[in-house]
Amino acid sequence: MQNDKALLSQLTESVGGSGDEGEPRKILMDKVRNLVDEVSVDYLGNVIMRKNGEGLGRHPRIMLAAHLDEITLIVKKIGDGGFLRIAQVGGFDPRTLLGQEVTVFGREHLYGIIGSKPPHLSTLEERKKSVPLDELFVDLGMAEAKVRELVRVGDRLTIRRKTMELAGDRMSGKSMDNRASVTALAICLEQLKKLRFQPDVYAVATTQEEIGAFGAETAGFRLQPDLAIAIDVCHGEMPGVEADLAKKLGDGPVITFGPRIHPKLYKKLLDTAKKARIPFQIEVSQGPTWTDADNLQVVQMGIPTALISIPLRYMHTSVETLEFSDVKNAGLLLAHFIANLNSDFVEELTWYLKN
Amino acid sequence: MVLKKLTEAFGPSGFEDEIRQVIYEEVKPYADHVYTDALGSLIVEKNPGAKGTKILLAAHMDEVGFMIVNIEENGLLRFRPLGGVDPRILVSKVVRVGEKRHYGVIGAKAIHLQQPEERTKPLELNQLYIDIGAKNREQAENLVEIGDLAVFATEYEEFGDRRAKSKSFDDRVGCAVLIELLKQPTTLPLVFAFTVQEETGLRGAGPVAFRVKPDLAIVVEGTVCFDVAGTPSHAESTKQGAGPALSVVDGRTIGHAKFRDFIKGVAGEEQIPVQYRRTVGGANDVGAIHLTEMGIISAGISVPTRYIHAPAQIIHLDDYENTIRLISAVLGKIEKGGHPIQ
Repeated sequence: MQNDKALLSQLTESVGGSGDEGEPRKILMDKVRNLVDEVSVDYLGNVIMRKNGEGLGRHPRIMLAAHLDEITLIVKKIGDGGFLRIAQVGGFDPRTLLGQEVTVFGREHLYGIIGSKPPHLSTLEERKKSVPLDELFVDLGMAEAKVRELVRVGDRLTIRRKTMELAGDRMSGKSMDNRASVTALAICLEQLKKLRFQPDVYAVATTQEEIGAFGAETAGFRLQPDLAIAIDVCHGEMPGVEADLAKKLGDGPVITFGPRIHPKLYKKLLDTAKKARIPFQIEVSQGPTWTDADNLQVVQMGIPTALISIPLRYMHTSVETLEFSDVKNAGLLLAHFIANLNSDFVEELTWYLKN
Repeated sequence: MVLKKLTEAFGPSGFEDEIRQVIYEEVKPYADHVYTDALGSLIVEKNPGAKGTKILLAAHMDEVGFMIVNIEENGLLRFRPLGGVDPRILVSKVVRVGEKRHYGVIGAKAIHLQQPEERTKPLELNQLYIDIGAKNREQAENLVEIGDLAVFATEYEEFGDRRAKSKSFDDRVGCAVLIELLKQPTTLPLVFAFTVQEETGLRGAGPVAFRVKPDLAIVVEGTVCFDVAGTPSHAESTKQGAGPALSVVDGRTIGHAKFRDFIKGVAGEEQIPVQYRRTVGGANDVGAIHLTEMGIISAGISVPTRYIHAPAQIIHLDDYENTIRLISAVLGKIEKGGHPIQ
């Protein structure tokens, strides 16, 4: 458990924006190398971790997908005085950026602060408005000439945040979305060492989810699995959010139901959780899930797809908060699901008729 | 590193125990007499009873912070600020809470769950809370209680062109200047006061000045500086790297012109850069000290601090060092030439 928490801390403190996932990729690959039969990286940077099943005959092929990328910011302009203007890669709430400490990935890693006007100088009128992204600036405490030497338009930057252990089993930091699920993948692979299973497992840490789930799409095409499970985060319960839109921290991983989800996979996940006595919650969706599952469902001739989520408070801020038991249980649920999977079940997935 | 020690210490207004102890450890070897007063200000005397102009050097050791005012059913903590904080800078930040310094985060509803019109409105204090990870009230009450304090979790680091960032440069930078000055030899009877509760209305400095009854007072501050992107020069208040800032007028004080001119003269002779603080808003302990008893001739000298009252603040280390040099030169001149005004 402590090891798994350490992995999550390491992954969340590393920086990997969409299309730029090198740092967390390396940490993950070092961690899983001994747990699987093969690790490879594809054209879009997806990490594909293969673990072979046992037995004669055709092994069902299962793909697990957890995205490795995180939302980041990007330098849009180097302005007068060397202050940087910024745009985003992925969806930030600009209100959460004011006053943040950042690292700019220029020719060197540079420290910066997203400046805020002190209350001594701001008018009451000003304080009634939030500061839009366009008006935010990054202060590197450096002369303009030096900034121009070290920073280029297009360089990434991200909020600096140490991952923290909070009370009980809770943790907080940046990019828990979705390194929590990547950690669950590693827990699943570790668990599989202790279990006997038939399917060939392709656990994939996907890239570029935050800008449209592109990595999952190409990895799905390459692997042509019989079924796929996406693992992502969902909203954690907090004041002012309707009950069906947010799940409780610590009450177990969330199994999604809805049009993007294959009904037989949904049912099998519920049965598996009950049988293995793993706590779980249910989420109902009426359309997009905004995860890798959406894209995987329509790859090639279509893939039966399911979604497991980890409840997360304050999504897309730098203080994303979760309960670690949910991460652990998501990993266990995946492992047990794989252990209960056989070719008969897989063949019936595409049969919708009653005979 | 005294700036690191001082800025990372805990000490919201009225609750300066940790920072006071940190400063006490620093000043003890250089002081002739150290004591605290009824409000908790730390007073350090050098050459008490000696002949010469008695000068009070004051810096406030408190910082803006937060008090836990309610523990909700769901384990989240409601809080209110101690001192002036713009609620807009609180979202998505980390604080340390209570005696045990538990980590707490100030979360916000995910952008996915917001209506478009919500996104342009700042989150107000009544929509914010600190999440320490407690599942419910009972678990939270085991870790914190109502009245517990919190401060920003920022750490000290140096970066950029001779810059340093931390929380609470306002006014731990002033405290650091005083500690460095205390180490320098002098024959003057000096009183160094590390005052309490400046951020909640200049409460600590008046009683200190009344007790000390100095001939002159110099207050050292970390002051407003907004020399940043797109700000016209008349609106920036001070400029980083341009030297210590001399107060002219602020919300509580019309500065003593002759004393200020004397200080500016010394800066000229010593070739130390100085600037004026070019805004009339805000206030510092001079506001309390210069009205004590029959009035005390006082001056405010400040280190320009960007993003004052925000979680991460910036100073220029040249300004910090030049502030020490300037006050040291002023003291030297008074030591030789006597009281500069009379």
